Amino acid sequence: MIKMTDISKSFSGNQVLKNVHFTLEKGEIHALMGENGAGKSTLMKVMSGIYTRDSGTVEVKGEKVNFTSPKQAEKAGIAVIHQELNILPHLSISDNLFLGREETYGRTGILKNKQMEKKTRQILLDLGLDINPTDPASSLSVGKQQIVEIAKALSVDAEVIIMDEPTAALTDREIDSLFKTIRELQKRGVSFIYISHRMEEIFSLCDRITILRDGEFVGERRISETSFDEVVQLMVGRELGERYPERKSTIGDIKLSVKDLKRTGCFENVSFELRKGEVLSIAGLMGAGRTEVAQSLFGYKKLDGGIIEFDGKKVKIDTPKKAKEMGIGYVTEDRKSEGLVVDFSVEENVSMTNYEAISKNGLISKDKERKLYDSMVQRLGIRTSGPDQAAKSLSGGNQQKVVIAKWLGIEPELLILDEPTRGVDVGAKKEIYSIINELAERGVAILMISSELPEVLGMADRVLVMHEGKITADIPKHEMTQERIMHFATGGGKLAVEDQ
Amino acid sequence: MQLKTSNQSVLQKIAPFIGLFLIMTIITILNPDFLSVSNLMNVLRQVSINALIAFGMTFVILTGGIDLSVGSTLALTGAVTAGLMASGVDPIFAMLLGLLLGAILGAINGIIIAKGKVAPFIATLATMTIYRGLTLVYTDGRPISGLGDSLTFQMLGKGYFLGVPIPVVTMIISFAILYFILKKTTFGRRVYAVGGNEEASILSGINADRIKIYVYSLLGLLAAVASLILTSRLNSAQPTAGEMFELDAIAAVVLGGTSLTGGRGWIVGTLIGALIIGVLNNGLNLIGVTSFFQQVVKGAVILLAVLLDRKKTT
Repeated sequence: MIKMTDISKSFSGNQVLKNVHFTLEKGEIHALMGENGAGKSTLMKVMSGIYTRDSGTVEVKGEKVNFTSPKQAEKAGIAVIHQELNILPHLSISDNLFLGREETYGRTGILKNKQMEKKTRQILLDLGLDINPTDPASSLSVGKQQIVEIAKALSVDAEVIIMDEPTAALTDREIDSLFKTIRELQKRGVSFIYISHRMEEIFSLCDRITILRDGEFVGERRISETSFDEVVQLMVGRELGERYPERKSTIGDIKLSVKDLKRTGCFENVSFELRKGEVLSIAGLMGAGRTEVAQSLFGYKKLDGGIIEFDGKKVKIDTPKKAKEMGIGYVTEDRKSEGLVVDFSVEENVSMTNYEAISKNGLISKDKERKLYDSMVQRLGIRTSGPDQAAKSLSGGNQQKVVIAKWLGIEPELLILDEPTRGVDVGAKKEIYSIINELAERGVAILMISSELPEVLGMADRVLVMHEGKITADIPKHEMTQERIMHFATGGGKLAVEDQ
Repeated sequence: MQLKTSNQSVLQKIAPFIGLFLIMTIITILNPDFLSVSNLMNVLRQVSINALIAFGMTFVILTGGIDLSVGSTLALTGAVTAGLMASGVDPIFAMLLGLLLGAILGAINGIIIAKGKVAPFIATLATMTIYRGLTLVYTDGRPISGLGDSLTFQMLGKGYFLGVPIPVVTMIISFAILYFILKKTTFGRRVYAVGGNEEASILSGINADRIKIYVYSLLGLLAAVASLILTSRLNSAQPTAGEMFELDAIAAVVLGGTSLTGGRGWIVGTLIGALIIGVLNNGLNLIGVTSFFQQVVKGAVILLAVLLDRKKTT
């Protein structure tokens, strides 16, 4: 279907692709893996005509092609679904589907709305989605929006669909239905290129896998003939060892105790205790209220009721500033919009939470600022070209470390981590787990929200499961299984009764 | 600060200097009188009022805001100060009250924007009208004169210090202080942070509301300083003073390369931007361009600068 040979590409002297090969067969689901910065996105951008290659050849269905714009690639049947979906939330689903190629009465510009709505309905029914085409796109869950994107690609007769981290924001149930759709389309002969960091998904969905490292092709394997360990080794170029490093922390006194926390419309009756040195995880589906609980504990969202005790004392946390002063850190879910000032340098980002420590009478001490930066870079192994490198030019894993670094500076006693490894490659993931362990070993209480169940199982001492704003289970480590967590996350209440 | 990393940004930083140099060269060729010391001092003095306001506007724009009410703030503080002086209040005390009033008017903008969550454009559009209206009510639409002969007050707009006009000295001192604040203090850093990503700033424990209220207050204060200079120069307070000043200030900030979306920019650029506008005003007069046509040229220069800026960043 597609054959790319000896592709090279450099940006201002910096070679990001070196003689890369990639082949895609008709009707296959082909995973493209590699650490952040390995060149996956660049390769796909070359394929879809966003970038032009420096050398090498691209063949589509045996014919050599030279795409100079995404439009040309689209005409050749190659469609890309980006991580950030191209959905206009205020327009209807049908409007979104036909955006840019609306059906009109001749050249009058008058829309054939009824006809487009009918087609939309049919296309989406084909993909197993029964929704009203006139509803606004914002009424759909992210998972369904993703399917609308696929429908968009199909309606321009795409034969190859490139998906970049499609499941990053999806719940397990949505992932299931997305995979069902992908497999269904595969049977019809559509090929997929699937970029993801999630090994479990790739092994359950894909047929073949191509691995890049530092802009070079390092291997191609049939999924049936390889293993997690081999793939990881190819990606990082070394043996990674245990995915979840061991932790030797002693769980101490109660650090945080909350009773009957409530925020109208988000969550209620949330009660739990968190001890020093403990890693407590909150699992649940998207929209279960996990992030809102974290934000309320951090003083970013208002509570409508409940009691928070910190070190045994009743406290009121109404601003993030106050939370910070108490020694609470919050590594946010979305690092670009909530965690970083992307135009700031790495150093300036690290300083953001630590102005008190690096200044005197409001004057920033350049010395202290640099010392803080140096100590964090060393402690967390942040890979930068220097303190002045802009945060936006870091890889995802390093960006995440910068966000963590911000909070390590305040020497937190309680650290909330919201999806700490989302969109982070395997190597960096393990480093982040080690950081979490190190903190817990020092007695820091850790509250970790995560949608990746293997991560919860691997890291948490205890897990709280939330469903529709309520805690439905509190499971200690030795009783945790993926099935059990999923059961409570999807609202299965009966098991709970039987258990007690 | 964060702009120093890439070559592109270096270009962006020196572009205003190149622009200023080009314009000065062209004007000098057409009329060599432009380069005389007395004329250059004249230009600087004309620039000082706009520059002071533009410095404050830089802070506001860096937070991602805008302030349309500065011209009205200038008029109201000028009128009140002049009114107090004309009624026999100690001139120095009257001027201090004027400065305080400027800061308060600015703080009101800041509070409406930060606490009331009103878009800065709308909030200050409203206060622009309100402050101007209050000025007209207070002055009954007539200039206030008879301001006495306090030396301090007279010097403010008309005096010289070592041959340099006092307004220029005021501008330079203000510039130095504000440059230092932006570059070296936690407040300055927080201004950039709030403009760069407000949510991340709040989630880092920064009180973004307070930063916003401070920057609008600072701008109000600087507008009041400008109004004292203007009132002193004219020896009277005009109810229509400062009309359109907000636009010249915004133009200076933009010409200096500060991004209207906030978080990126620097005050040195603003100074150059203000000089560009001042040199244009003065130079176009010198080479005999009619005042009507001057506006066309000024607008075209601003447009050209922004278009070139676009080219570079995309």
